[in-house]
Amino acid sequence: MDSSWFKLAPEAASTMAGKIDALYFYLSGVTLFFSLLIFGVLIFFVIKYRRRSPYEIPRPVAGSHRLETLWTVIPFLIAMSMFVWGAQVYFEQARSPRDTSEIYVVGKQWMWKTQHTTGQREINELHVPVGRKIRLIMTSEDAIHSFYIPAFRIKADVLPGRYTYEWFEATKPGTYHLFCAEYCGMNHSRMIGSVVVMGPSEFDNWLSGNAGQLAPAVAGQQLFQSLGCVSCHGANGEGGRGPELAGLFGKQVLLNNGQTIRADEAYFRESVLNPQAKIVSGYGPIMPTFQGQISEDQLLQLMAFIKSIHIVNPQPSTASPSSAAPTSSNTSTATPVASPVRRASPAQR
Amino acid sequence: MESFEVPQPSKVNYLNAQYGLKSWLLTRDHKRIALLYLGSVTFFFFIGGIYAMLIRLELLTPQSDLLSATTYNKTFTQHGIIMIFFFLIPSIPATLGNFLVPMMIGAKDLAFPRINLLSWYIYIIAGIITIYALIAGGVDTGWTFYAPYSTTFSNSYVVLTGLGIFINGFSSILTGLNFIVTIHTMRAPGMTWFRMPLFLWSTYATALIMILGTPVIAITVLLLAFERLARIGIFDPAIGGDPVLFQHLFWFYSHPAVYIMILPGMGVISELIANFSRKNIFGYSFVAFSSLAIAVFGFLVWGHHMFVSGQSVFASMIFSVLSFAVAIPSAVKVFNWTATLYKGSISYDTPMLYALGFIGLFTIGGMTGLFLATIAVDVHVTDTYFVVAHFHYIMVGGTLLAYLGGLHYWWPKISGRMYPEGWGRFSALVVFVGFNLTFLPQFVAGYLGMPRRYATYPPEFQVFNVLSTAGASILGFGLLIPLIYLIWSMRYGKIAEPNPWHLPGLEWRTASPPPTENFLLTPIVTWEAYEFAPPEEMEVVGTVHRGRHARSDVDAPIGENT
Repeated sequence: MDSSWFKLAPEAASTMAGKIDALYFYLSGVTLFFSLLIFGVLIFFVIKYRRRSPYEIPRPVAGSHRLETLWTVIPFLIAMSMFVWGAQVYFEQARSPRDTSEIYVVGKQWMWKTQHTTGQREINELHVPVGRKIRLIMTSEDAIHSFYIPAFRIKADVLPGRYTYEWFEATKPGTYHLFCAEYCGMNHSRMIGSVVVMGPSEFDNWLSGNAGQLAPAVAGQQLFQSLGCVSCHGANGEGGRGPELAGLFGKQVLLNNGQTIRADEAYFRESVLNPQAKIVSGYGPIMPTFQGQISEDQLLQLMAFIKSIHIVNPQPSTASPSSAAPTSSNTSTATPVASPVRRASPAQR
Repeated sequence: MESFEVPQPSKVNYLNAQYGLKSWLLTRDHKRIALLYLGSVTFFFFIGGIYAMLIRLELLTPQSDLLSATTYNKTFTQHGIIMIFFFLIPSIPATLGNFLVPMMIGAKDLAFPRINLLSWYIYIIAGIITIYALIAGGVDTGWTFYAPYSTTFSNSYVVLTGLGIFINGFSSILTGLNFIVTIHTMRAPGMTWFRMPLFLWSTYATALIMILGTPVIAITVLLLAFERLARIGIFDPAIGGDPVLFQHLFWFYSHPAVYIMILPGMGVISELIANFSRKNIFGYSFVAFSSLAIAVFGFLVWGHHMFVSGQSVFASMIFSVLSFAVAIPSAVKVFNWTATLYKGSISYDTPMLYALGFIGLFTIGGMTGLFLATIAVDVHVTDTYFVVAHFHYIMVGGTLLAYLGGLHYWWPKISGRMYPEGWGRFSALVVFVGFNLTFLPQFVAGYLGMPRRYATYPPEFQVFNVLSTAGASILGFGLLIPLIYLIWSMRYGKIAEPNPWHLPGLEWRTASPPPTENFLLTPIVTWEAYEFAPPEEMEVVGTVHRGRHARSDVDAPIGENT
């Protein structure tokens, strides 16, 4: 142990960290000032007005509406400044930017499994590059967990049966704590690991050096065939008895009950596990459920595949092969498909 | 100065009116029931305290050496369950509230004496079931029982513990009901709502939360048991449930429950601050209504426990702004207490030391609550030691200090004996120092990222844990001192006068300890709350008075004088 004893904040290694620290120190300053003010007045009164004779009766003091109003309104305004600032930063935190790369996270008692879109799997470790926006798509196989990286100041619960997200952009190479922050049973305190932040080229090296595992989108394509999805949705998701899947992700979908919903991860998951819940307009309720036949990992792989297939015509995708190009040049403009996904896309191979 | 007749101090009081175990176990006297509660909550407090010491000892080192991970998990779970459901929630309302509500309004007893006794029995049955569950093998879900861990994965006595909490809820509801009816219907002539001591306002607000909130935790525990025993899919997504639903239901009760724990403490502090500075409370009606505002707003902020749970961004925004709003009435109370001291005659007796300690610690607890209401900061610190420190500042620094202060303040009335003042002041100081040493370092550890409920932790956090454990030892020692001298004083303490502090409250205008019927004659209240007068001008209840406090509005019949 070194001088880290005297730190007031953990390492700041993401773009959000500085913003949250600034807010934290604002709150600390304001609350410290008012606490000391209250304590000062309190101590002053307690000493100044100490009892001097056993039976003295001080004169009653009438209340003051003006004072009451003052010390209701001023704290309220200060509190609102905290709320507005806090909400602003939170909005930024909660809304993923469009140009992110995705990493899948599956929590289970008591480990974190992560998978990059190129196929690399890690356990209780997560390698990420400096300066690229990363979006985590997370789910749990059992109890609720919470994916917490103090150095990035981010935390989000990881729930069974649904996807939750968090995003970050690392700013400083190094190794940082990864904690499970939601109590999940016996070895909760051992459900920890490390986040390794690397320089971009170093990271690309790491990413390519670890070959031998299928990219999720490729594995997803294999699942798409082995589970028989192809028979209704077409080999490349062009549709048939079932609705078209190519270019679907992120689009609005008209259902047969007249509702329109957005085709996001939650919709996709539900449609695989409980296909009768939302039927696309013009199609029959003929799809069987895959509940119990597909693991969380496989669901994420299938989803990676579906995200990766684009509308075959009119224009083929011309995505750049390596860098994180922020905009998607294909026609499914609503799809914020990140470049590693496209790079791994079987449709382009 | 006119003469008035003092009722002859009788040797018979509620303590010696009857003897024998049966006279206690079948009593309908609210004061005796208060003592039954006093004994039982003290028992549970020390069980919870032993768990606390085990937690602190285990965390002295980063490794899991004293306790295994499973045992540690059970230890912090049981610490939470015992302290919250069996100590904090009943502590002030069921002991001091039971003793004082009738005395402060000039009534003979609560509205439903038998139901009052029943609520103690329910509490004891619930306690026995819970203790049995702990001995049989314990429970490891955390006091929050989050599903689906609690319904599907935990291999411990979840349902049995839940049954204890379920049953205990009825005790809360019955006590709350009793207080509300009593305060509405049994106030002595002249005791208008705005002449009531502020302790009663806060007890009233607490009682409202008890009867409105407690059924929700009962339902939640019931649903949890259905899912765990019958696999009915309510919370576990694997069988069609929704785990976030559990958190909504749980916190819909458990956040208001925080106010069940702290509001009575605030009431005690209002009494102590006014009476030990001999000043009328500054802004009486603001303090009174702030209790009701807290009770109402308290029901609307549960989602601030769930900012990282996956609830929607907009829900989080609304819960955040409401959480800031609920902080305001608490701040108003602190300002009014401080202003009350202005030009007062402040004594440094033990209860006042506890009250001043309360204001300091509660202020820190409240201020750090603002950090947690600020969503972006909460995302970082929730489920870390920052939260642990925050709520211990409210629950221990707030409720426990208020409880101890109140216990010392009313001890002469309860026991008829004085506690040893020197020891009292000494222990108040030790508790204050020990408490801060225990929990201040945890704010720093929390912001640095140390997660709560960790049996093992990275070595860089050890320094904070060593400080905490040292503080906890001092705190534990400080709390043992009053246990010893209060028991000692019941037999050997100086005999207390009826009004040792020279105060105007109704409870001080009768004998110490009071007779079973509290007052020899129905008191007629002619004075405002906290209207201090020299002792010779303070009428003893039951006398005909034509003194300076005579009012024309005193013959209004009971119940029609609001």
